Amino acid sequence: MSTSKESGKMKSIVFEVLRYDPEKGGVPHLQEFTVPLHKGMTVLDGLHWIKEHEDPTLAWRSSCRMGICGSCGMFINGLPRLACTNQITQLHSDRVVIKPLPNYDIIRDLVPDFDRLFDRHRSVKPYLIRRDRIEQNSPTREYFQSAEELQNYIQFAYCIKCGLCLSACPTAATSDDYVGPQALTQGWRYLADTRDEGIEEHSEALYSKHGVYRCHFAGACSQVCPKGVDPAMAIQLAKQAAFLKSLGKCQDRPGAPVTPPIENWVSEKQVPKAPAPTVVRES
Amino acid sequence: MRESRLWFWHILSAVAILFLLGLHMGIMHMGTVLEALGLGSTHPTATAEVFARSQHLFFMITYIALLGTALFHGLYGFRSILCELSLSQSLQKAIGRLCTVAGFALFLYGTYVAVRVFQMKGV
Repeated sequence: MSTSKESGKMKSIVFEVLRYDPEKGGVPHLQEFTVPLHKGMTVLDGLHWIKEHEDPTLAWRSSCRMGICGSCGMFINGLPRLACTNQITQLHSDRVVIKPLPNYDIIRDLVPDFDRLFDRHRSVKPYLIRRDRIEQNSPTREYFQSAEELQNYIQFAYCIKCGLCLSACPTAATSDDYVGPQALTQGWRYLADTRDEGIEEHSEALYSKHGVYRCHFAGACSQVCPKGVDPAMAIQLAKQAAFLKSLGKCQDRPGAPVTPPIENWVSEKQVPKAPAPTVVRES
Repeated sequence: MRESRLWFWHILSAVAILFLLGLHMGIMHMGTVLEALGLGSTHPTATAEVFARSQHLFFMITYIALLGTALFHGLYGFRSILCELSLSQSLQKAIGRLCTVAGFALFLYGTYVAVRVFQMKGV
């Protein structure tokens, strides 16, 4: 921070923000802004201040401001982080250097092109696949799953698709074809879900030439995940499952059955009717 | 799945190499260790001893096994590294085929040498 509390002046901090507009051409460059610092101020708050007071053309992506939507992933002081959940004082630096996430093309300024992330995500077919399509499309009851079975995948379901893991991955940095930690984790999330029967469908991308076997277990993906998901572990579990299957120690599990009918179920006919409306709207 | 099978053999070959290379290192260097400790004196690198081992069925089999596992493990690793360099699909396929052909050729040549030395009678 450039000024101290003792001097009586307002504290301020220098933001160095990467600017790039492909429509205008030129090369990406860093632009400096001096931002007044408030208690509890996040990096995202600082960017909002710049946009409001210094440069309205500065572009980035954000939405919820509370680490849920996964929109504001940026490369902040050398690490991929969410701008909304990182307070400036916690960076322990008098400069905040912000760049767009690595391993993605830049659309403009701090806005990365997530086509790569979403294409890979789609490739693992990240949804429940059942053989009983009629039951799946018009469910009569829920699929049975125990609390223990839920534990096999629940942490991987916390992924918010912020793309930080892919930007931290050293394999993704050199290989454009690599499926990447986010998509591989989601592939495993559905393979580990006992309600799922699409083992072949998920496995196609997961166990491809550019799938789990290209992971070198650097663990950077797990380190940067803002939701505590452990993609590196998911990839290792996927490798382990394939290895055990090759040894004949692991069989494809059948999909979870639908739950048995509940006794004394109050059918739709027995539900009391709603009272008549008290206000009649004139047409 | 093909890649799963290849990776499975890659891991198994690593385990086999640990054992076979351990055996090799033990034979080649245990004598030196024993000699340093004053527990015996052998010269495993002497030509006569090298040939004597090569003409033993057990060693011939372990040599061929080490050659096969090391070639597979090394060439699969080499192919994996090249596949991570964002090369075109056709080039990746060509590298895979080249590795397969080179692996088989080197394995056949090494096996031929091991078998020929095994069949020789004396130095």
